[in-house]
Amino acid sequence: MSYIARPKVSHPALARNDLGLTMRDYQGGMSTLCAGCGHDSITGSLIQAVFELSIPPHRMAKLSGIGCSSKTPAYFASSSHGFNSVHGRMPSVGTGAAAVNGRLQYIGISGDGDSLSIGIGQFVHAMRRNLNMLYLIEDNGVYGLTKGQFSASADTGSTAKRGEVNEQPAIDPCLLAIAAGCGFVARGFSGDRAQLVPLLKAGLSHRGFAMIDVISPCVTFNDHEGSTKSYRFTRENAFPIDHTDLIPPEAEIKADIGRGESQRVELHGGGSILLRKLAREYDIGDRGEAYRYLDARQGKGEVVTGLLFLQEGGADMHELSRLGETPLAALPYGRLCPGSDALAELQNRLR
Amino acid sequence: MPSDNDFTIRIANVNGTGSASANSLLMKTLFRMGIPVAGKNFFPSNIQGLPTWYEVRASHRGYLARSGSVDIAVAMNAETYQRDLRELSSGGYLIYDSTWPRRDVLRREDVSILAVPLARLCNESFDNARARILMKNIAYVGVLAALLELDLDIIRELLRETFARKKPLLEANQTAIGMGYDYAREHLNCPLPFVARSMDGPGSKIIIDGNTAAALGCVYAGATFGAWYPITPSTSLMDAFRSFCARFRTAEDGARDYCVIQAEDELAAIGMVLGASWNGARAFTPTSGPGISLMSEFLGYGYYAEIPAVLFDVQRVGPSTGMPTRTQQGDILSSAYASHGDTRHVLLFPSSPKECFELAAAAFDLAERLQTPVIVLSDLDLGMNDWVSEELTWDDSYRPDRGKVLGAEELEKAEAFHRYLDVDGDGVPYRTLPGEHPKGAFFTRGSGHNSHGGYTENAGEYQEVMDRLRRKWDYAATIVPAAEIRPAKGAQAGLITMGTGDSACREAADILAGRGVALDYMRIRAFPFGEEVWRFLRGHSRVYVVEQNRDAQLRALLINEAGGRAEQLVEVLHYNGMPLPATAVVSAIEADMTRVQAA
Repeated sequence: MSYIARPKVSHPALARNDLGLTMRDYQGGMSTLCAGCGHDSITGSLIQAVFELSIPPHRMAKLSGIGCSSKTPAYFASSSHGFNSVHGRMPSVGTGAAAVNGRLQYIGISGDGDSLSIGIGQFVHAMRRNLNMLYLIEDNGVYGLTKGQFSASADTGSTAKRGEVNEQPAIDPCLLAIAAGCGFVARGFSGDRAQLVPLLKAGLSHRGFAMIDVISPCVTFNDHEGSTKSYRFTRENAFPIDHTDLIPPEAEIKADIGRGESQRVELHGGGSILLRKLAREYDIGDRGEAYRYLDARQGKGEVVTGLLFLQEGGADMHELSRLGETPLAALPYGRLCPGSDALAELQNRLR
Repeated sequence: MPSDNDFTIRIANVNGTGSASANSLLMKTLFRMGIPVAGKNFFPSNIQGLPTWYEVRASHRGYLARSGSVDIAVAMNAETYQRDLRELSSGGYLIYDSTWPRRDVLRREDVSILAVPLARLCNESFDNARARILMKNIAYVGVLAALLELDLDIIRELLRETFARKKPLLEANQTAIGMGYDYAREHLNCPLPFVARSMDGPGSKIIIDGNTAAALGCVYAGATFGAWYPITPSTSLMDAFRSFCARFRTAEDGARDYCVIQAEDELAAIGMVLGASWNGARAFTPTSGPGISLMSEFLGYGYYAEIPAVLFDVQRVGPSTGMPTRTQQGDILSSAYASHGDTRHVLLFPSSPKECFELAAAAFDLAERLQTPVIVLSDLDLGMNDWVSEELTWDDSYRPDRGKVLGAEELEKAEAFHRYLDVDGDGVPYRTLPGEHPKGAFFTRGSGHNSHGGYTENAGEYQEVMDRLRRKWDYAATIVPAAEIRPAKGAQAGLITMGTGDSACREAADILAGRGVALDYMRIRAFPFGEEVWRFLRGHSRVYVVEQNRDAQLRALLINEAGGRAEQLVEVLHYNGMPLPATAVVSAIEADMTRVQAA
């Protein structure tokens, strides 16, 4: 992917987080995406989210596949390790990485082509294993780098830039995630930062797989009349059902949970998520209801956004694999090798 | 011709009838009598009901390849009677279950037919149906014990060890052995002209299969992460790794110092291995040829982004699904050059279980020193069959060679870190692990990158990295395990093989030496080829290259990568799925020599 270094300038008045870092410390190279690309707004939201959560940049690992979306890791947190893998295979890299060091914050960034076509198998299995990572799909319904083919998330009846009508049904990553057992399923819109930043923070704080599908219009190939992933269509049809707030552990006592219209969900690792209900008509922890609601609303052409499903406390991959405190990658060799005596003893039974 | 301690027994059976324990009892008895023995299982890709064969070769000279002959056939499968009879060597003996006489079918004048009513004997001695089936197998071991004068005390001791906690089974097995033995002594002409005679005990030798030994190598090398997709014949490698880890790497509270993930496919398995390795763990995946095909894209990534990884390709018969339960060495070229673009991978060729153990451990050091995937090329014959092996030994002073990894302290002191810079001139750059230090951060990518790790589409910058990777490859040739060379006095030609070609080639060289044909022998242990391989090829005008595939893949690699000349390298090929017998090597070489002399 193309990459331009960003000039390093800093203003003394810039806000600092708990680590004493400014937003600048979470920036990466200059984006080479098209002007107005939704992906760049998502990058901005992501920078804000990790800045506000005071995550040390070098303790984050950014992973991606191939495509416009997968360039994003180059555009933020240049002091984090990045892994731009092969097309559709980022979840497997994340799985191996997370298995051997559970102490890093894993952020996977993918696209609708990367996750719903070539990589749908790995995407589903990463959710099934519940690995501890934030997984973003920057969803624009189109293949940009190859100039405008429909992706698997393109809605039936939506049109391509040159007028071709998509006749195949869309694969909705949120419905798929709910069905695949994912514990945190949300949808955002790149144009709604006020909603997206808190969603990202909640996703980063959730232990287990947090999938956020972010509608991110492609200004070059899919922002026209007839597209259902355009800025205009998404603005007009977005249907936010709740607003999410992440309450850090230290602020929990003061948090006003309100009455009736708000719900607080305790997080496994401390803190909680405060959900202010806007339109949601179901229990956030009911997988079946969430699926039915989403399916019905979307059938009417609405783009349901917000935190759609949340199930806290499920065992993540680390726990399911019965891994201990020390990351596998940090175990001293002396603890791993049984030694020559054990080898000799073992062979007594092979004679 | 068979003689004392030099004979081959082939047992024909139906899979799923429990013959494995009887066959292993037979092999282990010979082993404990101190007689060098090889047991090979020829089984179908099926769970129950298809023909299966087990071949046991006793060889006092210590040859472990197939002999190419069958001196005793135990025909337990009615479906294959005719074939078993046909394939019996002249002068051989065929034992069959005469509960259902088959005089009309079995016709061959040059062999002896030994009738034993195994089913009837079992029906008389055992009540339940399962025992009646299973004990027929144990009973033929009793028959063989009488015919070959096997040590009954050893057999009874082995049964006691196996069924220490299952008294009723022990009794049934002891009865079945006695039943077969007594019947043979009473009705057959015992012993045969050739028998088994106890030799000096097995000493420190063990019986082990290559996959188990390779799994142990992974444990001892300190591998903590394995990902895989089940595929014959590599499955038992991960099964063994898990069971060793359950024993050696599990805390009292159940916490594990290892992680094994059964991936959704091989594409994911290698992705997980690269992710784990990138993050600092020693990681591996066992697979077979179809898996290598699927992993190719990520293998190219590992090569270009320079991420260590260890793969075990337990080769089976290709192309495509091929014959999954038969052996071949058909993945040499697809492994050496797996993936698009200019890629090449380090290969290791173990030829024995002991070497599976040692090269498995060495593979992790090489992968980390060279920061690249290393593929250990085993095969079904080595991986799944039981082999008599030298004892495995471990040097407790061993410490993993993690290669050039910069830690937090070094990064703190460093002015800057550039991932792909050739600082030391050996083509191997320095790497860092995620989470260590902000200065160590870099962007791992399969797209074009320059020596500083940045994205590039610049011609010169791209080529600089590719050229450095080539220098690293040349350096690799100097650190991989060297070929093993056995020179012969007055050698007329050279003989080259790798992996499981070894036992057959050594035996063939001995046979030919006995006929006045001396051959210098070289067993290749790694790719890239070291200087000694180039020298061996330069030093011989005619070299026989023995391998188990149709397309002479090793020969092609020697021409491509070690200065070999097409007119100098004579292909000796065996690729029907059965392990290579020495006789095939001998006849191919003799035929060539006759041709050359005639010309």
